[in-house]
Amino acid sequence: MGGLLIILSIILIFVVLVQIGRINEIAVGLRGKEQAQRQANNRNAVMGLVFMVAFLIFVIVSFFAFKDRMLGFGPHESASHHGGLIDGIFLTTLIITGIVFFITHILLFWYSYKYRGQKGRVAKYIPHDNRLELIWMVVPAIVMTFLVIGGLSVWNESMADVPDDMKHGLNEGEFLEIEATGFQFGWLLRYPGATDFKLGTRDFRNIKAGYNETGQVWTDEKNHDDFLADTLYLPKDHKIRIRIIGRDVLHNFYLPHFRVKMDAVPGMPTYFVFTPTKTTEEYRESLSGYPEWQAMADPSDPENKFKKWETFEYELACAELCGDGHFSMQKIVRVVEMDEFKKWYNSKKSFYSTEVNPPKETEVLSRETSLEEGHGGEEGTHTGEGHGEGSHNVEGHSTEESHSGDHTNGTHTSGGTTTHTEGTHTEETHSGGTHNAGKADGKEGTNAGKATTTEEGENKGKKGKIIKKIFNKGKKEKTGDH
Amino acid sequence: MANVDIHAHEEVHAHDHHEDHDHHGDKYQSNFITTYIFSQDHKMIAKQFLITGIFWAFIGAAMSIVFRLQLGFPEESMAWLKPILGKWIVLNDAGMGTLDPEFYYALVTMHGTILVFFVLTAGLSGTFSNLLIPLQIGARDMASPFLNMLSYWFFFLAGAIMFSSLFLSTGPFAGGWTAYPPLSALPQAMSGSGAGMTLFGVSLIFFVVSVLLGGMNYITTVLNLRTKGMTMWRMPLTIWAFLVTAILGLLSFPVLVSGILLLIFDRSMGTSFYLSEIFIQGSALDRVGGSPILFQHLFWFLGHPEVYIIIVPAFGLVSEVMSVHARKPIFGYKAMVYSILAIAFLSFIVWAHHMFMAGVNPFISNIFVLFTLIIAVPSAVKVFNWIGTLYGANIRFNTAMLFSIGFVSMFISGGLTGIFLGNSAIDIPLHDTYFVVAHFHIVMGIAAFFGMFCGIYHWFPLMFARYMNETLGKIHFWGTLIGAYAIFWPMHYIGMAGVPRRYYTFANFEAFNTFAPINMFISTAAIIVFGLQILFIINFFYSIFKGKVRTEKNPYGANTLEWTAPVHAGHGNWPGAIPHVHRWAYDYGKDGIEFIPQTVPLKEGEKDMGAH
Repeated sequence: MGGLLIILSIILIFVVLVQIGRINEIAVGLRGKEQAQRQANNRNAVMGLVFMVAFLIFVIVSFFAFKDRMLGFGPHESASHHGGLIDGIFLTTLIITGIVFFITHILLFWYSYKYRGQKGRVAKYIPHDNRLELIWMVVPAIVMTFLVIGGLSVWNESMADVPDDMKHGLNEGEFLEIEATGFQFGWLLRYPGATDFKLGTRDFRNIKAGYNETGQVWTDEKNHDDFLADTLYLPKDHKIRIRIIGRDVLHNFYLPHFRVKMDAVPGMPTYFVFTPTKTTEEYRESLSGYPEWQAMADPSDPENKFKKWETFEYELACAELCGDGHFSMQKIVRVVEMDEFKKWYNSKKSFYSTEVNPPKETEVLSRETSLEEGHGGEEGTHTGEGHGEGSHNVEGHSTEESHSGDHTNGTHTSGGTTTHTEGTHTEETHSGGTHNAGKADGKEGTNAGKATTTEEGENKGKKGKIIKKIFNKGKKEKTGDH
Repeated sequence: MANVDIHAHEEVHAHDHHEDHDHHGDKYQSNFITTYIFSQDHKMIAKQFLITGIFWAFIGAAMSIVFRLQLGFPEESMAWLKPILGKWIVLNDAGMGTLDPEFYYALVTMHGTILVFFVLTAGLSGTFSNLLIPLQIGARDMASPFLNMLSYWFFFLAGAIMFSSLFLSTGPFAGGWTAYPPLSALPQAMSGSGAGMTLFGVSLIFFVVSVLLGGMNYITTVLNLRTKGMTMWRMPLTIWAFLVTAILGLLSFPVLVSGILLLIFDRSMGTSFYLSEIFIQGSALDRVGGSPILFQHLFWFLGHPEVYIIIVPAFGLVSEVMSVHARKPIFGYKAMVYSILAIAFLSFIVWAHHMFMAGVNPFISNIFVLFTLIIAVPSAVKVFNWIGTLYGANIRFNTAMLFSIGFVSMFISGGLTGIFLGNSAIDIPLHDTYFVVAHFHIVMGIAAFFGMFCGIYHWFPLMFARYMNETLGKIHFWGTLIGAYAIFWPMHYIGMAGVPRRYYTFANFEAFNTFAPINMFISTAAIIVFGLQILFIINFFYSIFKGKVRTEKNPYGANTLEWTAPVHAGHGNWPGAIPHVHRWAYDYGKDGIEFIPQTVPLKEGEKDMGAH
């Protein structure tokens, strides 16, 4: 009934408008065509002028009303080094185009008003003026030259790859390469382990859903220390090179606050190099000065005492249509100081060491610990399949004996390339949850295959040294991105 | 001679040649079917293109309203759309209806495809090229009326196929109008990539056939069938625009066919032109070695000229209408022609500016940035020439003129944001955000529509021998001008905040979900503007049958040849001899005479602007 009423009233509006149109047409006939046209000229010319003034005011007012939400303005200054340059050239372009916008709109509507048709006026016969043509050709050309030069210098700096002689690592003057794999619908974030800081090779044929999501090739030793993370942790003021992989269709690795955007293309890795310059904490601080960020984070929840700026997180999004779930490919990005980053980094356990080729003893200990912590049930549910598949990937890599033996000594000898805090093996194994990133539910680690690894592990080959190294870096992983 | 009454002169001219009275209208228009359906008269084909275009514009706009409801009012129930959209509205237990995300993407995709190809390519350049080319150059019809007829019917067929894809149980294609593989190549990636994509591809291929048949005809007609005295430099800017548009289409559309053909091979014949290293739905494809970027190159090699195929006819229409109603020659006629040519040429070497973020070598982008920003120069020339045309004019404000002024405003607003996006560095944060949506909707959506409206209001009397209602037209104009800015201006701000386009909901992201009030505002404005377009459609069809009757041949006091034809011109356009041309099309206000039609011979010693 309500719907019918709405439809009827809409029809009525149209009928009324059409009738007004008809009546006006009759009125034109009565008044005479000439006079009616003159009246129309005056009315519409004035309308144009009013529109212009209102529009230009709207442009200015609305810009300042939304300024603080836009990237590059207010609190949203860039959180990366090259992003600041981009914001600079953006502002330059905005000012130049803004001036042109105002001048041309004022001229357009002012001339329309001033030269509206009037009795006795004769239009000027000005077919062309080559001098003027030259001016409005040369001036834009010069302005464009500056914008092209400015833009391209920023572009080439933003897109520059790391220098050839730059080393992988976390020390000053080194860079960290992280792999982001886009899939329907989410991101897998793979970090190189601290042994070599190099990402191992991947092959899409090796991908096992729910197990080896990125398709790591276990025969490549560089893979043995790689780990997956659920949150994109980045160290402040350190060069980051993101290797972007599309696993199924096109995706786009998009970090709005860092002005980073690059397509993920199946069959062709792409790269984006950038340097984060503000930690999440620092960014929150800068937001706190703005009233809209002082609002409660979740007004619907009275228990939640946090203000909006306190819960701010950088985000990773997809910016290339990739299917039904395109809008949901979110990950949290957290920038921290290098010390804190190293703590987190060293706490991460490689997938290889926990799932593919784990030590026996560790397993046992780990299970006990887990049980103590009340995680036993969780673990139990995921044993089996994951492990069964994993074992064939690592055939003959290490024996359980050498593995556990090395490991016992390893904890205190620490041959790793980076600093690491001490930790017990038991908990590091527990932290094997890093491989979970591909899980649809996004819950923390499932510790797949833990129970059965013990038996399987006995058939493994001999790569104890690597395992040892990995274990040496062990530390407790309790916080982080759970 | 020029001081004598011009109308009298025309009559004399026509009577002089009454003996070679050879309009061949009757033979081809003997019954209802050959007159109205399989017509070979360019005027009827123009009307067919226009009315089909209006149909598609209505469908496309209605789709945008549905997805704007989703974006503006995500909390509201859409259960009331269930009778129309059926299973695409999912009801929960409480009776709350939500739009299926897959169908949201289908709507976005179809909206883009329909508007770009069926409305703004076929509906705009198809309509006005057909109507105006023979009439303004003084030809009896197109070079090949039969191919012209085929051109329309291939368009109709393309439309019918696309329309049928809307009713598939797996839904129409939903991977964006650009149809990037692998999403479009793999049926397992999205349900719309199944049969929906097949029909999408087939439809576009038929559409290209239509464009090519039409384009060849337009080019041949303009080059060969100009009446005596109609040199190239005496052609109205409309004809220049249609000629250049047709050339652009002829050179770029075949590339789209090749792109789609390879895509069809990938889809159904096991090739891998675009596929490599894909793991999808739990299994790895065994086809490797292709590149998805190849498709993007092929697509945008059409896609970029395509946006000029859309906007260049609007340039022509606006220039002509503005000059007629300003009662003043278009400022810098030759500069206008050269700028169209320059834009058309440049449009072929800028395609990769759509791909700055696609994984193309960043070094290559340098060249594309350079060429892209050079386009700003001929575009600026055009804008300043339009403003120059208004200077010192005696403007007759009717709806057509208002739309031409509105066009310039839109072209400025949308063009300037192109300077941001064409600069690859600024494109990093803005690529695929609402800023892009705002940019191209204003510059090639609204601006092209304004050019189209300006043409429809202006040439309606030529098509239907009646006038459209001016009052409704002015309500339509002012409402649409304000409404269109209300829709698209705020999108710049959303885009500058980094909000990506093609998101079904923004709820998942803290960074993007704070714009609910603006989205609501935009959606409300969109609904109002949609209502105003319905008002236009009412006005259009009402005026066909009930509008004020046109009695005079040349109601606007225009110089071009189409107004020398009789009010009810038959097939062949002029009952007597084809008029001859003696001067360019823009002698308005010359020597104190308000207008001097092209058919009036030059005075002794008079200089023609169209002469070399």
